[in-house]
Amino acid sequence: MNFFDLVKESIDSIFHNKLRSGLTILGIVIGIAAVIIMVSLGQGAQKQIVQSIQNLGSNLISIFPGVIQPGRGFVATGRGTSQTLKLEDINVLKDIETIEYISPELNRRGQVVSESGNNINTLIIGAYPEYFIVRNFEIEEGMFFTENQMRSLTRVAILGNQVKQDLFGDENPIGKKIRINNVSFKVIGVLKPKGSTGFINPDDSIVIPLLPMQKFISGNEYLSNISLKIKDKNLIDQTIDEATIKLAQKHRVPIEEPDFSIISPQEILSTFNQIIRTLTLFLASIAGISLVVGGIGIMNMMLTTVNERVKEIGIRKAIGAKRGDINKQFLIESIVLTFIGGILGIILGVAFSLLISKLANLAVSISLFVIILASGISIAVGIIFGYWPAKRASELDPIEALRYE
Amino acid sequence: MKEDPVIKIENVSKIYQSGEVETIALKDVSFEINRGEMVAIMGPSGSGKSTLMHILGFLDKPTSGRYLFNGQDVSNLEDDQLALLRLKKVGFVFQSFNLIWRKTVIENVSLPLFYAKVPKEKRLILSQESLKKAAFPEKFINYYPNQISGGMMQRVAIARSLVNDPEIILADEPTGNLDTKTGDKVLETFQDLNFQNGKTIIIITHESYVAEHCQRIIHIRDGELVGDEINKSQKIISNNK
Repeated sequence: MNFFDLVKESIDSIFHNKLRSGLTILGIVIGIAAVIIMVSLGQGAQKQIVQSIQNLGSNLISIFPGVIQPGRGFVATGRGTSQTLKLEDINVLKDIETIEYISPELNRRGQVVSESGNNINTLIIGAYPEYFIVRNFEIEEGMFFTENQMRSLTRVAILGNQVKQDLFGDENPIGKKIRINNVSFKVIGVLKPKGSTGFINPDDSIVIPLLPMQKFISGNEYLSNISLKIKDKNLIDQTIDEATIKLAQKHRVPIEEPDFSIISPQEILSTFNQIIRTLTLFLASIAGISLVVGGIGIMNMMLTTVNERVKEIGIRKAIGAKRGDINKQFLIESIVLTFIGGILGIILGVAFSLLISKLANLAVSISLFVIILASGISIAVGIIFGYWPAKRASELDPIEALRYE
Repeated sequence: MKEDPVIKIENVSKIYQSGEVETIALKDVSFEINRGEMVAIMGPSGSGKSTLMHILGFLDKPTSGRYLFNGQDVSNLEDDQLALLRLKKVGFVFQSFNLIWRKTVIENVSLPLFYAKVPKEKRLILSQESLKKAAFPEKFINYYPNQISGGMMQRVAIARSLVNDPEIILADEPTGNLDTKTGDKVLETFQDLNFQNGKTIIIITHESYVAEHCQRIIHIRDGELVGDEINKSQKIISNNK
């Protein structure tokens, strides 16, 4: 028998027992769909994180006060509590040729009240004008503040898009007054929405000039961090080394034990990637278990089918079918079952992934890879769990089989 | 010059061993069957005639003795080689028809052609020819076995046994499940095939009525050959003698 005859034969036999085949296939459908959903969610999350870190700017490095201890990671440092970075530190950084822009930043949460009485708690970022360049921000309305405005301690504010919505709704906020921790600022601009960058959501923040921030709000000259935009990606490592030396010198601490930390986006990216990958693998493995259960269902059904068709196997052998012919027939039947399950599972999995992304507003990424993987797995399940029943069928003694009623 | 026999068995024995108990199904059976003969192998149930049929039809191997098919020793062939012989050299007709229920008449008939790797178009033509030879009414060829009568089912089985153009047809109690009238029709078909196409036909039966329609009758009792006679008064139903 050639391959297509065998496939046709299998489909005939599968349709002969619609309910049983359907229920068995369902096991595979659920397994494959679960794998696809898990992997798609995982890859979606990964893509989103890569995206948001790239939003930071890929040739951007950040200097934080305090030491980031290896293993405890980035989040555990409590960077607000260390106060080792000062504005004067940027003077030594200015000598480093590979740095294009320096953006000292000071972040505090603050209470903001609009004239109409809307009251929100949001992130206040004190920054240099370079901040907008370094972070790739674009203005939606109004303008950024200037160097002069900052030096003259002008109290102006640029609103993140979300903040503008919360405070002013659809009104035009330009020229309006807001009070940040009871200090009055004039709104001169609104940022275009940008989405979260992993640590800071720029849409939910207000940017004001650094000097007024230090004078009126924080009351001291410490910084939260200094962002550096490097001229070229390839110069990142070199710049980190140079900045470490210069800052350590300035702070009078040994280079091996600096009282600050310099972090590149690549590092953050790889850490996140690893976490997500582990998580995806974990979830996919759980989904994989359901696939194994589905496979056992297939084996169960194939064994039942073989038992029911002992007579037929006897007839086929009597008229000249070889062992291999019988083996192939049942193996292909099992593969056709799981392959149908695989196709339906892919459709269901993709549909559910899209539904989840729509309803839960989660990023999903359905790659060709996962679809090919799922089809491959479903065929493999058919082979693995169909092997034994097919072998049993092929080894039946034709005389015994013919006698079977 | 005497033609070589198509079947020659020499001192064939078959012993079934189950634990300590030995059952002798066949004991030192020897005979020859020539091409174009129509032979009945007769004996009561338990006489070993089914075992003999299984051996003649390459479904089983003798415990001792030799089986020469067309002069070739087939007593010790591998399973797959036996399957190939079943496919090409022999056609089976069973008492209980042994059709596959979820396949139509024409699909049942063409099944051996699948295994013989005959291309699709040719399969259809050969199956139709075969059904015609077995005198199966053409308009029922797309029916399922449970939609036709027993006599028709046996014609389907005969057509299936013929479809690969085998050298011998082995029929095991082919009329056993049929009434006399339809039984006669089946015997007529066998005689037609024998007279017209010169097919070698071996019918295993316990009914002397069936045996009387053959040219030669081999008697088996308790696993031994007890008689081998030319049936001078062969009953002829076929009009093609």
